[in-house]
Amino acid sequence: MDLKNVPQEGNKTLGGHRRAVYARDAGGHIVAVASKGWEVEEIVTSQAVEEMSALAEAARKNVMDGLSSPLEYWMYARRMDLLLLAQSTGIWRWRIRRHLRPEIFARLSHNLLARYAEALGLAVQQLQHLP
Amino acid sequence: MTFAHHRHAAHCESGVVANLISHHGVPISEAMAFGLSAALSFAYLPFIKLSGLPLIAYRQPPGSIIKGLAKVLAAEFRFETFRTPVAGQARLDELLAQGRVVGLQTSVYWLPYFPEDMRFHFNAHNLLVYGKEGNDYLISDPVGEQTVRCDAESLSRARFAKGMLAPNGLLYTVKKLGAPTITPHAVRKAILKSCRTMLAPIPIIGVRGIRMLAGKVARLDPAAHTSSLYVGHIVRMQEEIGTGGAGFRFLYAAFLQEASELAGMTVLAGFSERLMFIGDSWREFALATARMVKGRDAMDPPKLADMLGSLSGQEEVFFRDLKKAVA
Repeated sequence: MDLKNVPQEGNKTLGGHRRAVYARDAGGHIVAVASKGWEVEEIVTSQAVEEMSALAEAARKNVMDGLSSPLEYWMYARRMDLLLLAQSTGIWRWRIRRHLRPEIFARLSHNLLARYAEALGLAVQQLQHLP
Repeated sequence: MTFAHHRHAAHCESGVVANLISHHGVPISEAMAFGLSAALSFAYLPFIKLSGLPLIAYRQPPGSIIKGLAKVLAAEFRFETFRTPVAGQARLDELLAQGRVVGLQTSVYWLPYFPEDMRFHFNAHNLLVYGKEGNDYLISDPVGEQTVRCDAESLSRARFAKGMLAPNGLLYTVKKLGAPTITPHAVRKAILKSCRTMLAPIPIIGVRGIRMLAGKVARLDPAAHTSSLYVGHIVRMQEEIGTGGAGFRFLYAAFLQEASELAGMTVLAGFSERLMFIGDSWREFALATARMVKGRDAMDPPKLADMLGSLSGQEEVFFRDLKKAVA
């Protein structure tokens, strides 16, 4: 890639930051240069972000319909999945799966709620409700 | 307070270690750090899942750049991990009070200065801390253009994030630097090591790994939503996760060019140019994939698989020739 071909497309996913990429200058030297982004990067990053937002929104709907506990929403809102939440809390997956049921979540001890809240970076009260 | 050796880098680990060693008086570029530690690779690891997608890496596992470079430069690093965030923060404060610059492994997700869309649960990010003012740590994160600040709570959370590659508060400092000169011998050894990796007789590593991934892509169902996620994921690993473009191929080309001048090994200059062309092909693959993800072109997995197959072939020839040239 030549310096003049380094994309400067102002990706929204970079949030105004610039990333370093390596390209050839006019003298043939390969140098690090700041790039405002390439649309290709924006497309694939947005794809991953949107996939996770879609999961969170689906969970939100389930919570409102009484099918899921707010824990499911917060898990996806924090860009986690069952495996990562299990690793972050030290709670087995099958137990978390139970806690995704609203009637069981409603009876959880403060201690367990606090573990979830800590792993998700929330206060216990926030965890119990949708935002 | 400022940090004179903050330099914008493509990749966190090579950037951190290059800046840290430069701070200790041995000026070294990111590309040289990356090449000398033989960090270039390719690995397709279907049994490790990230949000349900296979791990695809264009470099050696986290930690290998620091350790590899330490070996080449006969340097000693001190690595420390902690059981509790309190102990980890206390030790960090103690080192900063001594005026040390400290490297940290952290999660990306919990760093507030990262752009929102780039915050994923990736636990092997690297950054340098060079001071503390009030409740804020002063941070030189090489993937950013400028130094930044991060509050103590967020940094602690990022250092003690759990899950795959959990950092456990890992911090590292330079104990001593041994042989600070970069010899042709060291360059040659590092290049041979990378050639060995890329030509390894293991189906999921190097050029064979690329070929295996191509086979996997060829079998994707063009109509399935998951296929689009799958190929998008490959491109994210290649372009988005701080690789300097083309899955570290441009960065490695920069190393070959620098090595050709340093070590008097002029033959490497030609290889640097060849690798830049191969890198351009990787970028074409990324572009073709993104157009399909976006729906501008019809999803055509066999076409992408062909591109990957051709890249595997190009890299196989390249690394065979490179091996012959430096052996």
